[in-house]
Amino acid sequence: MGPRVSRSAWPGRVPRGAKPRATRRSPTSPDPRPGSRCSDSELKAEKDGVSDNESKVDSGVPEVPVPPDDTPEVLNKALSGLSSRWKNWWVRGILTLAMISFFFFIIYLGPMVLMMIVLCVQIKCFHEIITIGYSVYHSYDLPWFRTLSWYFLLCVNYFFYGETVTDYFFTLVQREEPLRILSKYHRFISFALYLTGFCMFVLSLVKKHYRLQFYMFGWTHVTLLIVVTQSHLIIHNLFEGMIWFIVPISCVICNDIMAYMFGFFFGRTPLIKLSPKKTWEGFIGGFFATIVFGIMLSYVMAGYRCFVCPVEFNNDSNSFQVDCEPSELFQLQDYTLPGVLESVTGWTTVRLYPFQIHSIALSSFASIVGPFGGFFASGFKRAFKIKDFANTIPGHGGIMDRFDCQYLMATFVNVYIASFIRGPNPSKLIQQLLALRPDQQLYIFNSLKAHLTEKGLLPAVEAAA
Amino acid sequence: MTELRKRGGGGGDPDTAENISDKEAESDDRLGLPGDAEGECDVDSKTETPDAPVSTADSDNTPEYLTKALEGLPPRWKNYWIRGLLSICMISGFFLIIYMGPITLIFVVMCVQIKCFQEIITIGYRVYHSYELPWFRTLSWYFLICVNYFFYGETVADYFGALVRREEPLQFLARYHRFISFTLYLAGFCMFVLSLVKKHYRLQFYMFAWTHVTLLIVVTQSHLVIQNLFEGMIWFIVPISIVISNDIMAYLFGFFFGRTPLIKLSPKKTWEGFIGGFFSTVVFGFILAYLLSQFQYFVCPVEFNSETNRFTVECEPSDLFVMQEYTLPAALQNTLRWKTVNLYPFQIHSIFLSSFASLIGPFGGFFASGFKRAFKIKDFADTIPGHGGIMDRFDCQYLMATFTHVYIASFVRGPNPSKVLQQLLMLQPEQQLTMFHTLRSHLKERGLLPPAAVQAE
Repeated sequence: MGPRVSRSAWPGRVPRGAKPRATRRSPTSPDPRPGSRCSDSELKAEKDGVSDNESKVDSGVPEVPVPPDDTPEVLNKALSGLSSRWKNWWVRGILTLAMISFFFFIIYLGPMVLMMIVLCVQIKCFHEIITIGYSVYHSYDLPWFRTLSWYFLLCVNYFFYGETVTDYFFTLVQREEPLRILSKYHRFISFALYLTGFCMFVLSLVKKHYRLQFYMFGWTHVTLLIVVTQSHLIIHNLFEGMIWFIVPISCVICNDIMAYMFGFFFGRTPLIKLSPKKTWEGFIGGFFATIVFGIMLSYVMAGYRCFVCPVEFNNDSNSFQVDCEPSELFQLQDYTLPGVLESVTGWTTVRLYPFQIHSIALSSFASIVGPFGGFFASGFKRAFKIKDFANTIPGHGGIMDRFDCQYLMATFVNVYIASFIRGPNPSKLIQQLLALRPDQQLYIFNSLKAHLTEKGLLPAVEAAA
Repeated sequence: MTELRKRGGGGGDPDTAENISDKEAESDDRLGLPGDAEGECDVDSKTETPDAPVSTADSDNTPEYLTKALEGLPPRWKNYWIRGLLSICMISGFFLIIYMGPITLIFVVMCVQIKCFQEIITIGYRVYHSYELPWFRTLSWYFLICVNYFFYGETVADYFGALVRREEPLQFLARYHRFISFTLYLAGFCMFVLSLVKKHYRLQFYMFAWTHVTLLIVVTQSHLVIQNLFEGMIWFIVPISIVISNDIMAYLFGFFFGRTPLIKLSPKKTWEGFIGGFFSTVVFGFILAYLLSQFQYFVCPVEFNSETNRFTVECEPSDLFVMQEYTLPAALQNTLRWKTVNLYPFQIHSIFLSSFASLIGPFGGFFASGFKRAFKIKDFADTIPGHGGIMDRFDCQYLMATFTHVYIASFVRGPNPSKVLQQLLMLQPEQQLTMFHTLRSHLKERGLLPPAAVQAE
């Protein structure tokens, strides 16, 4: 489904005068998706010379025309009896269920599989955005572009994965000699690889296409900034405990679905010009529904060790394990309800996991700020006149369409954990400590001893032992 | 870049030369973009031609007194004199701020960063005719402030640990620093989304991306420069001087011996200049390293003294800056008839720094040349008479700053002890105890902790 988009986006094959929105109104693919209605009338009226030439789009060719309807045949046959609108609902509904089941399935398979999936999603998102850039800038005739973009993706991934691996697989790395050298000079090697790509870019500058090439360079780097850093933050969250991966993603999905439902049934007041289908009723309803969902989900998940414990690599068995003593966050505690709630519910205290309080903060972010990621993606699609990022998932669009709200969430969760939950990573600190010079180690040892004695944590007897 | 100005050798000629290449580039752009006839949207080359001459690069803004003083000379020599004078001015300015100490250096780095950012953003504005969207400037500068706040906050928390622990509000800011920075950035992001105007989506996204790429280049590099500075002023002075020397030496060698062009992108660069610049820069770096390694002022890490509330540069010089004897390899022994030579180890490192500056540094310059060709501008701005904007002077420095930082992190120093201690003190008490025991057993194992000392405590 992906390649079909790229091929049809070649400039030579685009039918003259075709507009993306015209095909969108065809019966085979009605568009209930928010944010994709365009402003044809405004574009027609816009005749003065706006420098980004949006006024010329009427006579022009869409950069990424709408791909044909590629719902699988089986679905098409099963739903052939229904009217086209309901067919689209059914397709979207079935695909939603399929995606959610797939999500549960990969959670069941464990952390390694999750990491692989995150990596695959990242590569697909990168591919989708770069393909759009290519088709917008007609860059197919410059053979170095694809190579260089993918090379930069490899470099940045190597850098980030190397840092992660060094942190979490410290003992394994110290044992194997080639890995040890790679990790000791990791930054230097990554930088050298990146520089090679940079020099290749400079050498590949062709006289007629300077601007195009610089645009693609900028496009690649911004895409890397967005896609790769966020996916690595997701993996960091995952290592903190699978619950920190599952709950944020589920909150965002739930907010999407709930806002859609509330908007569908009660929606009346438009929210923002950018996405005309979003309504205030959907926004607020989604907010409350997501908070409730988040509290319930965290209650269910906080009871299981496999979700709550940090993922650790066991050096002896050479596999991942999630076994530990749950931290305070995941132990039931009694909270006294404030007076107002006491009179309403008739309970004086309630037993909660502290994590559920944190989940309220996460849900609030997912409902209030998360949609801005969606608006950003909508604006991006409007700006480049594309309907969907790609056509990977029938009825939903590309992978980026599903993941656009997740990115802000991943960064937020990572910053939240770093600020409010945990301090520095002890294993990383040990590693840094052991890398210091002996006199520096002694200095730190003495300072730490003085600090601990001062705080009364180190009885004098033990200090002498 | 410099070579285009030299082509005509004077005030008027470079413009015609540039204009010729402009037209050439334009027509090539038009040919190079298929689908132009169908009016596809990336026709910037057609509609944005007039923007380049708007730049101030064409007007000669040499100060009046210089123009009067050099009236008698022919225009070519006048240009050389101006460039020479300004070069000497800039180098003297560089010495002066080094003399004034680390705080002034940090301040100057920040000013340079802000000026570079402003220059690049101004080019972006002109290219995209973004003046009528009032939020752009605000948002771009807001993002600059956010990213600077994030980076400076991380630096301050590292180096001023004692000061931060004393003051309560600073402690709060340091503890939640990442969260606060992220919130500030998010506010800017949401403002951007809310400011999207129907007709100008694409422009706005371009400017957003332009701002971010500029921040990535300018701000991160300037902070790496400051990190290098804290490592010891010699790690700041030597790389910058080497790049400047390479520029000047390659130019002089090219001027006197230049014959074979180096790269199509910069027609005035020659292989003779490149190779001559390489060797002379290595020699220059070697000598400069020798001169500077003797002074504690340059060699010691910059530290903040909590008692006197000032920066001190006083320490026991590390191994790198202590003269050592090296045995020459046999080949050199025969030619020079010395067996051993006394060198600072830092001089060996300076050879690597010089090699990078001569071989890879110019790619930063080519990148900037390509950028200027792509957007049909002659100079980034016209801040320095005869030289162009601040970015024109600093384009080769950026790669150098990152390289020096990565070099230091990989080959010279390990983690920063005070930073490690600070992180240790932030752990939970049980974790601290665990670390303490681990460290103690490690030190005992290595025999660094005499039993007597342990028992006495």
